Amino acid sequence: MMRQLSRRAALAVGAGSAALGLFGWNEDASAAAKEAADEIAKFTGGKQAAPGKITVELPEIAENGNTVPLSITVDAPMTAENYVSDVLVVAEGNPRPGVALFQFSPMSGKAQVSTRMRLAATQNIVVVAKTNGGQYFTGQKLVKVTIGGCGG
Amino acid sequence: MAEMPRLKIPKEAKKGETIEIKTLLPHVMESGQRKDKDGATIPRKIINKFACEFNGKPVFSATLEPAIAANPYMQFFAKVEESGSFKFTWTDDDGTVTTAEEKIAVT
Repeated sequence: MMRQLSRRAALAVGAGSAALGLFGWNEDASAAAKEAADEIAKFTGGKQAAPGKITVELPEIAENGNTVPLSITVDAPMTAENYVSDVLVVAEGNPRPGVALFQFSPMSGKAQVSTRMRLAATQNIVVVAKTNGGQYFTGQKLVKVTIGGCGG
Repeated sequence: MAEMPRLKIPKEAKKGETIEIKTLLPHVMESGQRKDKDGATIPRKIINKFACEFNGKPVFSATLEPAIAANPYMQFFAKVEESGSFKFTWTDDDGTVTTAEEKIAVT
C-alpha cells in the first residue's frame, strides 16, 4: 500500500498534486507526500523531472531511524559547461518533508554525496537533481524503518 | 559548543584528480520535534548550512533540515587543479559559525 501510494505521489510531481486528495485511506501519509510534492514543485518551478540518472542508496530496512546512511549519485557530467548544480532530498513520511539541498559546482568533480538522516517511519525518499542547463532528474528509494527517529 | 570538526582529506593529489572529502561536526541537531518530560517542545537547534570552498571558490554546500542526523556527516568530492586550501564552514541556528581549514599539495 505504501509503495503504491508513493508511486502515485511521485507521478503527481510536476503535474500538480491534486490527485493526492483522492486517497483518503491514508491521510497522514498522503498529507506528508503532498507536502513533499509541493517542495519538489517549488524546486523545479513546476517542471516535470525525468526519472533516471540518480542512484539513491539507503538500507532496505533501517533498524534505527535516528541515523540512517544516505548516499546519492547523479550520473551526469561535471564540466564547466555542463554540470549538476542542485540536488534536493525530500522525505515523504517525516513530520516535515525537507531533508537537504546540496549544491555542487564543476569543482565538485562528481555529483555524489553521502550523509546520515533521520526517518520517522517507513517511507519513500525522493531526490531531484537540477543541471545548470535547467534539466531535472528524479530518483527515489523506499526504506523500511523499524524504530522511528524523530522522538516524541 | 567548542567541539572540533573532524576532517578526512588527502594531504596531496595529482593535478586534475578528484579527491574524496569526509567531514563531521559533533552537534546535537535538535529537531524541534521532540518534547521534554513536561511535554514542552525542545526548541530546534541545528546546523542549517554547511559549505566547502577551495581557494575561495565554492566546491560544495548543503542547506540542512532537522531530518539530518546528529553529528552531521558529509562525504563529497572535489576536483583539484592546483595546490591550495579547503575551507569548511558550519552555520548553527543560533548564528555560531564553526570553521576549519586544510591544505593540499597538488603536483
